[in-house]
Amino acid sequence: MNKTVKNPRGPVMGRPMKKVKKGTFTRFMKLLFSFYKAPLILVFVCIGLSAVATACPSIFQRNVLDTVALAITEMSKGATADAMMEKYFPQIATYIIILASIYLVGLLCAFIQTRTMATITQGSLHKFRTLMFGKMQKLPIKYFDTNARGEIMSRYTNDIDALRQLISQSIPQVITTSIILLTVTTMMLIMSFWMAMVVILGVVAMTITSRVIGGSGAKHFRRQQESLGDAEGYIEEMINGQKVVKVFNFEPKSKQKFNQLNTTLCKHATMANTRANTLMPIMNNIGHILYAVLVFVGTLLIGQNNLSLETIFNGTTGTAVFTIGTAVAFLGLSKQFTNNVSQLSQQANAIIMGLAGAERVFELLDEEPEVDDGYVTLVDAREDENGTIVEADKHTGMWAWKHPHSDGTVTYTKLTGDVRLKEVDFGYVEDKIVLHDISLYAEPGQKIAFVGATGAGKTTITNLLNRFYDIADGKIRYDGININKIKKDDLRRSLGIVLQDVNLFTGTVMDNIRYGKLDATDEECIEAAKLANAHSFIEMLPDGYNTMLSGSGSGLSQGQRQLISIARAAVADPPVMILDEATSSIDTRTESIVSAGMDSLMKGRTVFVIAHRLSTIKNSDVIMVLDKGRIIERGSHDDLIAQKGKYYQLYTGVFELD
Amino acid sequence: MECLIPAIAGELITFIQNGNEKLGELFITRWLIELVQGKFGTENITPVIVSICLILVVLAMLSLTFGALAGMHCSRASCGFAKNLRERLFYKSQDFSFENIDKFSTSSLVTRLTTDVTNVQQSFMMIIRTAIRSPFMFIFSIVMAFSVGGKMAWIFVIVLPILLFTLIMVARNAMPIFKKVFKKYDTLNSSIQENVAGMRVVKSFVREDYEKDKFSRASDDVRADFTRAEKILALNSPVMQLCMYSLMVGILFFGSRILISSGGVAFEIGNFSTLLTYGMQTLMSLMMISMIFVMVTMSAESARRICEVLDEETTIKNPENPVTKVENGDIEFKNVYFKYAQRAEKFALSNVNLTIKSGQTVGIIGGTGSAKSTLIQLIPRLYDVTEGQVLVGGVDVRNYDVVTLRDSVSVVLQKNVLFSGTIKENLRWGDENATDEDMIRVCKLACADEFIQGFPDKYDTYIEQGGTNVSGGQKQRLCIARALLKKPKILILDDSTSAVDTRTDAHIRKAFMEEIPNTTKLIIAQRISSIQDADVIIILDDGKINAIGNHESLLESNDIYKEIYTSQTKGAGSTEEGGNK
Repeated sequence: MNKTVKNPRGPVMGRPMKKVKKGTFTRFMKLLFSFYKAPLILVFVCIGLSAVATACPSIFQRNVLDTVALAITEMSKGATADAMMEKYFPQIATYIIILASIYLVGLLCAFIQTRTMATITQGSLHKFRTLMFGKMQKLPIKYFDTNARGEIMSRYTNDIDALRQLISQSIPQVITTSIILLTVTTMMLIMSFWMAMVVILGVVAMTITSRVIGGSGAKHFRRQQESLGDAEGYIEEMINGQKVVKVFNFEPKSKQKFNQLNTTLCKHATMANTRANTLMPIMNNIGHILYAVLVFVGTLLIGQNNLSLETIFNGTTGTAVFTIGTAVAFLGLSKQFTNNVSQLSQQANAIIMGLAGAERVFELLDEEPEVDDGYVTLVDAREDENGTIVEADKHTGMWAWKHPHSDGTVTYTKLTGDVRLKEVDFGYVEDKIVLHDISLYAEPGQKIAFVGATGAGKTTITNLLNRFYDIADGKIRYDGININKIKKDDLRRSLGIVLQDVNLFTGTVMDNIRYGKLDATDEECIEAAKLANAHSFIEMLPDGYNTMLSGSGSGLSQGQRQLISIARAAVADPPVMILDEATSSIDTRTESIVSAGMDSLMKGRTVFVIAHRLSTIKNSDVIMVLDKGRIIERGSHDDLIAQKGKYYQLYTGVFELD
Repeated sequence: MECLIPAIAGELITFIQNGNEKLGELFITRWLIELVQGKFGTENITPVIVSICLILVVLAMLSLTFGALAGMHCSRASCGFAKNLRERLFYKSQDFSFENIDKFSTSSLVTRLTTDVTNVQQSFMMIIRTAIRSPFMFIFSIVMAFSVGGKMAWIFVIVLPILLFTLIMVARNAMPIFKKVFKKYDTLNSSIQENVAGMRVVKSFVREDYEKDKFSRASDDVRADFTRAEKILALNSPVMQLCMYSLMVGILFFGSRILISSGGVAFEIGNFSTLLTYGMQTLMSLMMISMIFVMVTMSAESARRICEVLDEETTIKNPENPVTKVENGDIEFKNVYFKYAQRAEKFALSNVNLTIKSGQTVGIIGGTGSAKSTLIQLIPRLYDVTEGQVLVGGVDVRNYDVVTLRDSVSVVLQKNVLFSGTIKENLRWGDENATDEDMIRVCKLACADEFIQGFPDKYDTYIEQGGTNVSGGQKQRLCIARALLKKPKILILDDSTSAVDTRTDAHIRKAFMEEIPNTTKLIIAQRISSIQDADVIIILDDGKINAIGNHESLLESNDIYKEIYTSQTKGAGSTEEGGNK
């Protein structure tokens, strides 16, 4: 792995919230619409209708109450109850029926909305996840070398969580609230212009308050997120290094440090939450005070007789009188109004978080994918009667490069594993060259070894062969073909790689071996396991080949995991193999058995071996000794020993001491 | 959970204050109604209204103050709760033995300390904010409804059970799905993690599309389950609205009938709207209760996982009268049998008998999976033997104070880690009072000084988490230096020089011989050269001692040793490696 690039320091979860880039929201909405256009429109219509349905009924409520009041007034003047029932109740019933229908529509809309929203939310999250994952698979290795794993992970967990909040709650909430506010305002204006003005003034006060509290809340919220990140980062580090903690009796100190972090976190969290928790009661009670002011102002005006009752509470018809029904309805409306304003203020944080999440998701989606301009492909091949190479439709053990030319003709080149590097320079970062002037050729069937201190550039060379990275200068030819012309997938398919850090995947042992060749039969997998000398210990596992392995392959020793990964490469039966410290944790006895197996498998094919342990590479055809990115010696073991150079020193290092 | 203690006080205050807040709100509604009514009663009402308004404002101010105070205490309580929970979990995890750690696996421990605590904290906050308020509100509203609306209030009694029933059914149906899907979700995330970590493997085998398909299927599965559960949950709000609306329509319908037919004497017309308000509030509180119900059930799984850690008994405890001094570096194994899990059929170690004298250098060699690491982990009591005894300095390790024992027995683990911090900070793990000279001395011993001096910041160089910015060999040497700083009586190196080149390796061993001759040194290695000049070489095979001897005698008599030796020297020609110095 590339060690020259530092992992970004600092906790993953506690990234500070910065201002969300412009356009993120638009892009997010566009994507949402592209996922679920019709359902989203349906939902928006439903939200609109149900919001109106929530706001409207107060009118009918008013009408019913007014009618009842009218009836009672008439009765107090001597009308009989029965007559009144007859006179007014049909009207009341009509109001109630209209009201019930509005309710019904609202209900239906709410029902459709919530259910569709569940589909949209989960479906969109699924799509975002798969989009990200698909994109991630296309990214060059460089991305993974330069980004901390936790950092990548948090985009799938924390950020997707934030998106869920945004899609399922914030967006519908904002729409609902806006529509309700609009409707309510309109109705308030219809009922009484001046009273509505008072309400609007109050709302301005609420908005300012929420700005003030919410603003300082955001600061504390950020601090909380930061200290949460610190604490969780520390937890992660300590728990991962738990065994070392125990060995060094470090528990009291780690507890002490954790206490510090935890206390800071608690302090900041309390501050942030206090802001959030007090916002609601404050907003609500400003609403309450608003009532009082509303009524007070109204009565004051009446009291001074500056305006008559009728003028203040004049409706649009110009004749509507301020009735008891209007009063109740108006107060209800103003309550609804202030409630919605405070709801909106509560959503502010979630929206910012959601958009920040969206931005980070987009960041991953916008990463430059690995480019592949290759057009030469790898095909199974066979020789026909004339000895020319033709494409075969099944695995023959022989491969060929299919090389289409601009004139439409296709030529086949037999894959032999002839790899040549000419004057290759390379640096992970442009101005820091780590490989200088590397030239080498591996002839078909040869076993080529790289030796050298850590950081000498051994792994880097293999990174170039399979084009995890592209060279800065020089040429790499594979069977005479410039590797830039070979399709990356085919290039990599032709190279089997076993790495020092074994990554097994969740699944059975069998699944893990089969990873090398998805259509391999059980027998082929077992054969490969035998070749890698893994068969005997696999048989000893509780469920043999069906034993479930977790991601970290727990329960297996490091050496056993390496054996499985060798079996995984062996089952792929690749034309060229790269073994990068593949046997470093395997004892030398087992190693010699494994390498005998590998040698027989790779007979006549090219193998690149990287190892610290000289015994691993001693029987290679060519050994390249690397030092600080340059090949300083090359030759067979015997040649190099005879040269009495660096290799000789390494090999006999023990004795040089005396 | 007993961690509630500090929160209880806060909760009590919250309770009272919430009550006040709501009471204030209710009174305001009542006053308002009376206000409106009163206004229609008399001609000149200004003074009355002014005074009522003032009362309203005062009430609102009170409600505001108490509401804000409640919010404050609530956040203090819930954050304190989370803090205590985290602290207890962390402390507990720090006291875990290796066996406990193995049982939980690090990633699950981390999740429990982070995500699960956050979940529980959130539902805790919800609970203290609403669990007291909502039932209180509920009862209050019902009582008020009856007092105001008389017979009419029976509508409530008819509607409520329907609502309650639906809410419970919804929760009961959705919960099992949630439980299941959360597990799947975890699996999904761990598969992302595997991919991020193993991207080189994925790309090498050209499995991008395969992984994409696999992921897409798993993700779709999660989506389907979540959608199903959420659709069930989504019934909550329409049902609640249905009840609310029915209530409204019912009250309006029957209310106006009763009012008119009774000629306005059944109840005051103003109470009409009061009744509507209470109807709303009753439903709101019920809705809140159902939400709590959902939240609690959802976080119940997190709570269970947390309790699992808290309830875990540390398997390695100090004895009653611990020995607090390790006399010397003698090690003795008497008929030792060991297995990792009680139910495991096979012993990892069986019938190990061994005597090592203080100051000896012991090499341990053996095949992959031959229990080399297991053997040495018994010495600092990282695990307890299943049968038999391990003695250090003539005393059974189980009789020592664990800290004393581990201070005297320094292990450099095979899977070793450096922590984020400077080199100095890392080294001080071995001895927090170490001077710069001490550190330079041990680093020289471990051949680490040379490369540390090459760093621009020397001993103040910042090590990234997991030691990613130093090479494997450098990391190993730093780990050795750190262990040396403890000035142990016994030093154990578990394959700790595998990434160090042979020459440096030899340097380190030579330094050991000269500088710390009285320390017992146990060296596990793959390379014969690392152990061939040890006083005693132990050959392990499949959990049993195969042979004990020195290089010459083993080369003479032991097949395994001979085989390992030849595998490392064959093809070397005549040559140098075979000889002794």
